[in-house]
Amino acid sequence: MMTRAQRAAEDERYRTWKGPYRPYDIIKEGTIAITVIAILVVVLAVFFSSPDERAVTVKQWARTMPVNFLQTAAGELDGTTETAIYGPPYNNYPNDVSKDSGAYDGLDDYTQHLWFIHLQAWLGVAHPINTAQDFVINPLRTMPQQPALQAAIDRYQAAPARQQQAWTVAYTSALNKAQLTASGAVSLPSGSYGPVSEMLGELLTFARAGGLDGAILNSSQLYQTDYTKALMFLADGNALAARAQAEHLLGNQWGMMNETGSYPGQVWLWLYTFWYQIRPFSTSTNADIDVMAIMTVLSLGLVLIPFIPGIRDIPRRIPLYRVIWRNHYRSLS
Amino acid sequence: MSATTEPPRPAPRAWTTRLRERWLEELPPEKLLPDGQPSYVSSWIYVLGVLSLSSLVVIIATGTILALKGPNWWHDTGLGHFFNSMHLWAVELFFFFMVVHLWGSFWTAAWRGGRRRVWMTGAVTFLIAIPCALTGYVSQQNFDSQWISTQAKDAMNSVGIGAFFNLMNFGQMYSYHVFLLPLAVVGIVGVHLLLVRKHGVVPPFERDLLAAVAAGSADADGTAAASPAVHTDGEQSA
Repeated sequence: MMTRAQRAAEDERYRTWKGPYRPYDIIKEGTIAITVIAILVVVLAVFFSSPDERAVTVKQWARTMPVNFLQTAAGELDGTTETAIYGPPYNNYPNDVSKDSGAYDGLDDYTQHLWFIHLQAWLGVAHPINTAQDFVINPLRTMPQQPALQAAIDRYQAAPARQQQAWTVAYTSALNKAQLTASGAVSLPSGSYGPVSEMLGELLTFARAGGLDGAILNSSQLYQTDYTKALMFLADGNALAARAQAEHLLGNQWGMMNETGSYPGQVWLWLYTFWYQIRPFSTSTNADIDVMAIMTVLSLGLVLIPFIPGIRDIPRRIPLYRVIWRNHYRSLS
Repeated sequence: MSATTEPPRPAPRAWTTRLRERWLEELPPEKLLPDGQPSYVSSWIYVLGVLSLSSLVVIIATGTILALKGPNWWHDTGLGHFFNSMHLWAVELFFFFMVVHLWGSFWTAAWRGGRRRVWMTGAVTFLIAIPCALTGYVSQQNFDSQWISTQAKDAMNSVGIGAFFNLMNFGQMYSYHVFLLPLAVVGIVGVHLLLVRKHGVVPPFERDLLAAVAAGSADADGTAAASPAVHTDGEQSA
């Protein structure tokens, strides 16, 4: 280990080069490099192109996976989907009245945290989503020309919460026995679904016609740039995940660092994605904040390598520099 | 106002004068645009910095054209898709060259000799480039954007960033991608380059200094036996 005095002395010795120089044209080097890279990029683009698979729409989802669509919509209505119980920044977990005991108890751990640091909860509900209103009821209210549907919504909203839940539970169970008719309609056995069957049946029809894609956007204005609600609704169902699995994009398939097709993707995220593949992170409910904390520490470590004893001395202990400067050392001998 | 044969000079103590003099002192033209390079700079590893920079130039050029034409262009036209492909491959090359450049700088301990800020600005460039690329991936408006944004949101939300950095908000991500983060990358790369020009490329390890440190000798205090590398007379070929 070097002493501080030795390090200061070494620093001074390496500050300025007093040895020989060779001719060098920085502008010429830059011009050649840019030209070579531009040519290389053109060649790569010509031969390998780039992935651009069209986005999945709610319309496609409702047409190709109608039962899953209805299961998801029923979950949005009774508040059991991932979005409905996500917590900040989309909503507050409705039953979270317990104190954080530090152990996983299913209630106070709905937001991720590190010890006493609850950044997710502290930053609050920045993008509010009420899944029942935003994904089901409000879109259905855009069809006032259907009195039977509007009456069904009125009946649902006027019912006590326990009754609402009984209807959606019965409807969701029945969906497990649903049959698709030749025309693509979903046929359910008779049951006590109340107005839910009417509401979600109309929602499916609306979605298959393409209307729901527009009705669940964040803003009611013509211009749109925020797709949070539409993407959260899609992500609650299986449409995105099924395609992602086929495209090797799931979390246990090294997830989002890949991209569709056989393209390199964001390979620079390999270390970040790596943590999700191993225990305890692969099974932890706090995996995201744990991995972010690890990567923050490692990133700071990367920036501060010149100040970290041991790490900063690795290059002189493992002398790869002899390969890099072999011409220089050869000229000395 | 009377004309003089000499260009007028501002007051010596004006801050503009001091700034200019400081600039010329730290970065004289022969350092900023040198025509000589230390003799040890003769390895392929030294090409990676300029290759990273060149990739960044191509990224900005192709990105500017994509921005000029707008999002529909890269989905609906062959030429737009081609420019999108060039943008993607320039990004892949940028990261590849930058990572190898970082490794090369690590194994040469490029922070020696008062060059810590050179290393730090390089490492920060890598770290800022990551969200710059991520915002590009989620701004594509295709299935990759859908999947990456809905997956990556959990990490952002877990640390509270999701409250003001919403991966599913195309307008916000596009602004980050075409303006805010590139500005940060170009800014930090600019500082990195000026620091490299100011300090020069780190010299090789000196054998006598390594040996003195390994032996725990006090000779490493700067009075070690003269190294040919350091004390060989040589003039910059200016």
